[in-house]
Amino acid sequence: MSKVTLTVNGRTVTREIEGRTLLVQLLREGLGLTGTHVGCDTSQCGACLVHVNGQAVKSCSIFAAELEGAEVRTIEGMANRDGSLSVIQQAFQDCHGLQCGFCTPGMVMSAAALLQDNPRPTEAEVRHHLEGNLCRCTGYHNIVKAIMAASGQDVAMAAE
Amino acid sequence: MARDFGIGASSKRREDVRFLTGKGRYTDDFNRPGQTHVAFLRSQVAHGRILSINTAAAEAMPGVLQVFTAADFADAGGLPCGWQVTDRFGNVMQEPKHPVLADGKVRHVGEPIVAVVAETLDQARDAAEAIEVEIEELPAVMDMRAALAEDAPKVHDDLTSNLCFDWGFVEENKAKVGEAFARAHHVTTLDLINNRLVPNPMEPRVALAEYDAAGDSYTLYTTSQNPHVIRLLMGAFVLNIPEHRLRVVAPDVGGGFGAKIYHYAEEAFCTRAAQMVGRPVKWTSTRAEAFMSDAHGRDHVTRIELALDENGKFLALRTDTLANMGAYLSTFAPAVPTWLHGTLMAGNYTTPLIYVNVKAIFTNTVPVDAYRGAGRPEATYQLERVIDKAAREMGIDPIELRRRNFIQPEQFPYQTPVAVVYDTGNYQATMDRVVEMTDYHNFEARRAESAARGKLRGFGIAHYIEACGIAPSNLVGQLGARAGLYESATVRVNATGSITVFTGSHSHGQGHETTFAQVVADMIGIPESQIEIAHGDTANTPMGMGTYGSRSIAVGGSAMVKATNKIIAKAKKIAAHLLEASEGDIELKDGKFSVAGTDRSVDWSGVTLAAYVPHNYPLEDLEPGLEETAFYDPSNFTYPSGAYACEVEVDPDTGKVEILSFAAADDFGNVINPMIVEGQVHGGLAQGIGQALLEVAVYDDEGQLLTGSYMDYAMPRADDLPMYQVDHSCQTPCTHNPLGVKGCGEAGAIGSPPAVVNAVIDALQRGGHDHVTHLDMPLTPSRVWAAMQR
Repeated sequence: MSKVTLTVNGRTVTREIEGRTLLVQLLREGLGLTGTHVGCDTSQCGACLVHVNGQAVKSCSIFAAELEGAEVRTIEGMANRDGSLSVIQQAFQDCHGLQCGFCTPGMVMSAAALLQDNPRPTEAEVRHHLEGNLCRCTGYHNIVKAIMAASGQDVAMAAE
Repeated sequence: MARDFGIGASSKRREDVRFLTGKGRYTDDFNRPGQTHVAFLRSQVAHGRILSINTAAAEAMPGVLQVFTAADFADAGGLPCGWQVTDRFGNVMQEPKHPVLADGKVRHVGEPIVAVVAETLDQARDAAEAIEVEIEELPAVMDMRAALAEDAPKVHDDLTSNLCFDWGFVEENKAKVGEAFARAHHVTTLDLINNRLVPNPMEPRVALAEYDAAGDSYTLYTTSQNPHVIRLLMGAFVLNIPEHRLRVVAPDVGGGFGAKIYHYAEEAFCTRAAQMVGRPVKWTSTRAEAFMSDAHGRDHVTRIELALDENGKFLALRTDTLANMGAYLSTFAPAVPTWLHGTLMAGNYTTPLIYVNVKAIFTNTVPVDAYRGAGRPEATYQLERVIDKAAREMGIDPIELRRRNFIQPEQFPYQTPVAVVYDTGNYQATMDRVVEMTDYHNFEARRAESAARGKLRGFGIAHYIEACGIAPSNLVGQLGARAGLYESATVRVNATGSITVFTGSHSHGQGHETTFAQVVADMIGIPESQIEIAHGDTANTPMGMGTYGSRSIAVGGSAMVKATNKIIAKAKKIAAHLLEASEGDIELKDGKFSVAGTDRSVDWSGVTLAAYVPHNYPLEDLEPGLEETAFYDPSNFTYPSGAYACEVEVDPDTGKVEILSFAAADDFGNVINPMIVEGQVHGGLAQGIGQALLEVAVYDDEGQLLTGSYMDYAMPRADDLPMYQVDHSCQTPCTHNPLGVKGCGEAGAIGSPPAVVNAVIDALQRGGHDHVTHLDMPLTPSRVWAAMQR
């Protein structure tokens, strides 16, 4: 067991962990932040995606022990200070970009990372960026639409 | 007409806020005090005899509380099958026992043999690795045709063969169908495979059980689409726990698609183990376990033959299907290739004579059961592929050939030759709509433009029908269902006028909390925010059958309408008393009860308050309170239909297929929330396109699952898929349920595979590869490229 101190959603926390403890385990089991999900065991699905020092990271693929002093942001830290939904979260609701909600935290965190680097992506860029995030419910249509909307763009679609 | 609330409004989903802020409550998010963890040791071989199990080392390992084998479940029943099919000779199907833990033999890779319960998950897993299981490997039964050979090894030693049943439908039509084929001007024959799929809801299955010794009662939290069904099956047939001592909770569930209908071994294991260990027991599936233990879908091998006259009129249809059941019968498995498949073989057409033969076969693979569409995608795929092939062979445009055979609007209600009666539909309307949406008439110009870039462009169309709103209980009882298929709702009005609806339906992504509230808000005329929808807990919802088969709004919604009508009827009596008027003169509009023709009125909350504070109340005639329960049993299935069109480009150098556009014109009858309905279609399309182009579960000859992770099983990703055009403006409301709704959950997955395959074949044919008349899904680059090389 070893100790790790890091900042999660602006709060400094210290926890005793095993060497094999993954960040996602620390978040879910150690800190009760169950918004970050585990959907696979091969780092493909992206349901566990969080931000570490501002970068998108799959929290199933990093040991908690590596994160001494790191700043971690999870879905629980994405809403505005007053508790209202952030622009990206609101766009997901407005565009019906989620159904069962299980992949959603990863999608929102992934979208936030994209828009930070590329504030006005093309539809193709959005789709390419999401290659590490699986959704089985939406067929991606409304997720793409939501991310475009969050960037102030509209996806032109016939028959709508 | 767009509305801003109630039926027809695209109300934003209220459940989204918790999901978007990480506050969803999925089963794995629950933890109970004193909780222990289970790891299953699963079979690594497909077929074998268990010679010995040595758990001594594991039992001595740190944190281990108890190790379980089949012997610990000797007094438990097998996992039950909920549907008994009778074969074409009048015999009931062969039904093997499905033990909770493998008993004597292992019959598929992933079958649980030993379970270790320990203080932590890591301790349980470490100990499971220390268990020695000696297995004598037996030849695996993998190929369905070979499985039927006289000398084939048997999956179940106590059954007469690997044949579960040989079903004929309609058996009496068989001879007449043969005569029609003999007279036909043209016969088109097609051999095809409906590829085996893994449903893959993004949330893996979870079971968390606890036992309360003081009350001798159990609670199971589980990832289920139908908690009442699990309580009934597990309590009555496996563990012998009466319903009043067993509570099943399915909280937020991360997608189902069929895979979470069934009662699984892990649920029964955790429930029993919680009592034996005396502490809560939790199991969370890894994705690897999901691939080898969730029920798979499809896996049919079919020959279909279509007989036509010289004008292209369909005279008769004959199919011969081998359906893989896997190693055991999952909860609804026998219904899928039979009653959910054979009854749909008329499609949208007037084909007068149909005969369907299905042989269901046991193999050493994980059980196969309903996956989004369940039987109906298999029926639609065969039919829409053979029609396309016939059109090509006879030189008739595929749209025109369908048009010549459509059931006409004036023919409804329409009795098909395969038992079902379609209540409403207008197939020409949806076909016309999709042709318009896709600008089909300018296809040739687009094709020429693709050709100029060296690409092969193709256009594919498919028209589907499905039967959903499952189902009339008396009918399905005759067909072998061991359950009723009604739905339930309790509408509880609170004193100040807010309402909680307890529904037997279950939402795992469909947005019932929003849609169901819209219906009640519309009926009473109060804001949607006044209404809460509760589901998923057997402790507070009336006995209901859950969500699958696109049944929630058609059956569950109808139960809720019935209960709400009872509420309104009673509320009018109360209002009549308060307004000193006759009950017959009371009108309810916009949440206000008024006396017709006067300005006297009382609002909704005035009536609800009177019901619970009955100071001025007709107590001699009416009970206080305002709470009603209704059960709704449908009188028929509902029959959504639609036309789907796909345009593709094939790269002749690589065989890669790109979907350029996909259009869906659906008839769902009335629509409650257009935004949600469109989202359901999008998701279905992605799964259908995934089946057509990407997905297949592959076992090798020894029964090893080669596609056991997301590195091997190609899930559709965002850049595999297009923006879809969806339209539901063609509406022929259902005639036999109060909302006129048909259901929309499965349509996308049913209509899309043949549209995609038809488009690819069209591209190849137009591109000079005339010899390619069929390719089996998934149409991977290697398959398409290889086909072009001949």
